[in-house]
Amino acid sequence: MYFGRVVGCVWSTVKNSNLEGQRMLVIQPLTPELANTGQRLICTDCTGAGAGELIYWVRGREASYALLPKEPATDTTVVAIVDSVHLKSAAALDPPPAPAPAPPTRGRKPSRKG
Amino acid sequence: MILARVVGTVVATRKDPRLEGFKLLVLKPVSPEGKDEAGYVVAVDTVSAGTGERVIAVSGSSARMAEGCKDKPVDTAIVGIVDEVRLD
Repeated sequence: MYFGRVVGCVWSTVKNSNLEGQRMLVIQPLTPELANTGQRLICTDCTGAGAGELIYWVRGREASYALLPKEPATDTTVVAIVDSVHLKSAAALDPPPAPAPAPPTRGRKPSRKG
Repeated sequence: MILARVVGTVVATRKDPRLEGFKLLVLKPVSPEGKDEAGYVVAVDTVSAGTGERVIAVSGSSARMAEGCKDKPVDTAIVGIVDEVRLD
């Protein structure tokens, strides 16, 4: 599933019979930081999303499962309208620093007997 | 699904028998503004599209869900002719 923003819609009169009645939206894919990425594409819609809304969409055969039981011929479907996205800051996502090596011991090692 | 423009046809005499009777078209992907994008793709036509028309193409296994493409070796199908693209 991927983020996207609704940037338009497509009108089509002549279409495959199992796509009749489906809304088709133009989607701009986004990164989790909500920057544009990749080329815009056409998605069917099962949410009623409108212009400018932040959504997420699915790709592949699963896209037609969102419109069961009809299963129209679609490979991209808008499946949710996003309310908010929470991301940890980039610094917080970095792995923690490796622990410092133990300082070398000087002199004799302490014996087990003490 | 992608937007594309029909730029040609493909004639194939020897092909998988399950593809007999299908019209094969050459598509050039386009942006919503109508600008050409990279590459070409051959697609099965299910809507009787003609050269120069802007169409909607489905790819992957979803293409087999199109009417008439059930259980056929098809991975790109034209499923609609575009009347208008409205950008907000």
